[in-house]
Amino acid sequence: MKLLIKQGKIVSHRARRTETADILVDQERIVRIGKKIAARDVQQVIDAQGLPVFPGFVDMHTHLREPGYEYKETIQSGCRAAAAGGFTSVCCMPNTNPPLDNQAAVEFVVRRARECGGVNVFPIGAITRGRLGKELSEIGDLKKSGVVGLSDDGSAVVNAELLRRAMEYASMFDLPILCHCEDPDLAAGGVMHEGKISTVLGLKGIPSIAESIIVARDIALAAYTGARVHICHVSCADSVDRIRRAKRQGVAVTAECCPHHFTLTDEAVSGYDTATKVNPPLRTRQDVEAIKKGLRDGTIDCIATDHAPHAAVEKDAEYANAPFGIIGLETAFALVISELVNQDVLTLAQVVEKMAWRPSEILRLGRGSISEGAPADLTIVDPLQEWTIGREHLFSKSANTPFIGRKVRGKVLYTVANGMPVFAAAAG
Amino acid sequence: MKEWDRTDLLSLQELSRAEIELILKTAASFKEVSTRSVKKVPTLRGKTIVLSFFEPSTRTRSSFELAAKRLSADTLTMTSSTSAIAKGETYKDTFKTIEAMQVDAIVIRHGSSGIAQQLAAYVAPAIINAGDGCHEHPTQGLLDLFTIQERKKSFDGLKVSIIGDIAHSRVARSNIWGLNKLGAAVTVCGPRPLLPRDIDRMGVEVTTDLAAALKDADVVNVLRIQRERQQAGLFPSLREYAMLYGISREKLEKYARPDIVVMHPGPMNPGIEITPDVAEGPFSVIFDQVTNGIAVRMAVLYLVMQANEADVPQE
Repeated sequence: MKLLIKQGKIVSHRARRTETADILVDQERIVRIGKKIAARDVQQVIDAQGLPVFPGFVDMHTHLREPGYEYKETIQSGCRAAAAGGFTSVCCMPNTNPPLDNQAAVEFVVRRARECGGVNVFPIGAITRGRLGKELSEIGDLKKSGVVGLSDDGSAVVNAELLRRAMEYASMFDLPILCHCEDPDLAAGGVMHEGKISTVLGLKGIPSIAESIIVARDIALAAYTGARVHICHVSCADSVDRIRRAKRQGVAVTAECCPHHFTLTDEAVSGYDTATKVNPPLRTRQDVEAIKKGLRDGTIDCIATDHAPHAAVEKDAEYANAPFGIIGLETAFALVISELVNQDVLTLAQVVEKMAWRPSEILRLGRGSISEGAPADLTIVDPLQEWTIGREHLFSKSANTPFIGRKVRGKVLYTVANGMPVFAAAAG
Repeated sequence: MKEWDRTDLLSLQELSRAEIELILKTAASFKEVSTRSVKKVPTLRGKTIVLSFFEPSTRTRSSFELAAKRLSADTLTMTSSTSAIAKGETYKDTFKTIEAMQVDAIVIRHGSSGIAQQLAAYVAPAIINAGDGCHEHPTQGLLDLFTIQERKKSFDGLKVSIIGDIAHSRVARSNIWGLNKLGAAVTVCGPRPLLPRDIDRMGVEVTTDLAAALKDADVVNVLRIQRERQQAGLFPSLREYAMLYGISREKLEKYARPDIVVMHPGPMNPGIEITPDVAEGPFSVIFDQVTNGIAVRMAVLYLVMQANEADVPQE
């Protein structure tokens, strides 16, 4: 189909200013960008007068739960949640059942995603068979079936020798290793950040060093192997410092952080609301500030959601027994605007960089910018609109978010993926 | 504002100094009931109290049961082996079911920190926390305060040292909140791995030196040490623990004031955190604590259930 977006303000990671123009989309691609395009046989016109048009967001850290946990999320429901959040591409983590550690499982995900016909789904393959940290997956096969990165997300690869070999092997296929950094012994039994609040609440803490010790190790391995290494969901100041120093030394390391980690602190756990239980845990005000600083100075390359759906019956448990995870696709953009853009941490151009351009570059997706000939992945937003996050705004099968009831600014109005409209906000 | 309007007792953190003092005052008047030959008053006649204990407990459960019965309430005891939680039912379903049986109060002991707070937000009956994980054990904290007050009269400037496994102790946390609110100065002492991170930010002095903790202390509260902590690698052996932190007559005579009061929430490991001669000796108020526990729990049940009654809109 042909689609014309009129008079939007095109936001690019390169330009300081937005450029007002019409965008003509034909089939899956952007065919023309111009001051005023008069096109015939256009099936749909979207009036974007005065509204920023972003390259569709790319979430490099999503849990779609299918196959195996379809009661939490399916590829279809997850893709609808993504579209509602302005994401046109999501990278789904391999901790499914069975895990994405073999060609058949990856091909299943790719096929299901194609049948759903929504946003792009790029699978992340497991580094090790069964995500057990014992032996390497058939990484060549995984690459052939479509994975764009490798991760044992949910657990760190504890054996440093095995991770070294994984890095060396993955680099032959130009696949980055996405590291879940958590020392399992330091974190054992922990359910929240270790500090004053965990002491008052009598909950077992997860110290910051459980993360930063593994960040330091994985940076050392990246430097030694020369492989591309990406640090997932950075949550603490110590990790940010180590990544900053590594980048200065020229190590090929990149990093992401999640909206909940720059929005909330461990104080949010005080009411024992299991929606605040997430791994890595919500940390302190100093950690939040360090993450913001890391985003501003480029230490942290990307913002990823770590969208982790869990059924209400699972979260309705004692705090210690509830599963870790927060859903994030539908709320990420509003939190980025409210907590970062409106607080002068990031410009809109930097939002493009963190949410579209860099993730696409790290995973070699060839997306993340608006130009003639590029895939037509576009997100039109109103950065000023104020709204209160409600259950009705969630398209995920699960609703495990501590942000319900929160007043935010910045709303996704339209999402176009591969030239097809996949989301339009309800009026009002 | 009324003197007491809380419909639950979840923690000492949430109570004001005036509320704590009201409980202690109320407990003093109930203490006399247990000394009568007919140990019963009709205060809570016709009320039903569920005692749900999901962790082994003898003294707290007996104490609550006697407190309820001496106030003429009916009790139903539920333990983890008899509950459907053992069959995989969620705690919310279990307590929704109990609520549907039209009970007036639920006393809960559970291994998960925060469960009393979660439950209070979820069901209507009064919730009384009888110990939640490593969080709080407010009635133990209150009976400790009551016992200290009996011996020392005033809390102002009083020095209380809590010795042992602070990290895993709900008794320690309730004591810290209560004592601080009443004006006492609290020191916590134990091996470093058993002192939780940032505990100093709860407004206590922290030391690993038992002699320093005993010096000038008016009261020493000795916590039970659990074998699992040694197995988890938090200290090398019970033998070394007893040597460094066990409270013995020799250490008291060497380091402590002659009028020091020794407390222990029970059950004791004699010879480990406390020697039998101290537990049974002249410094000890351990059995007063048990006696006072009933009076304090009568006061709590009375206040909370009165408020819960008042909370129900009248036709």
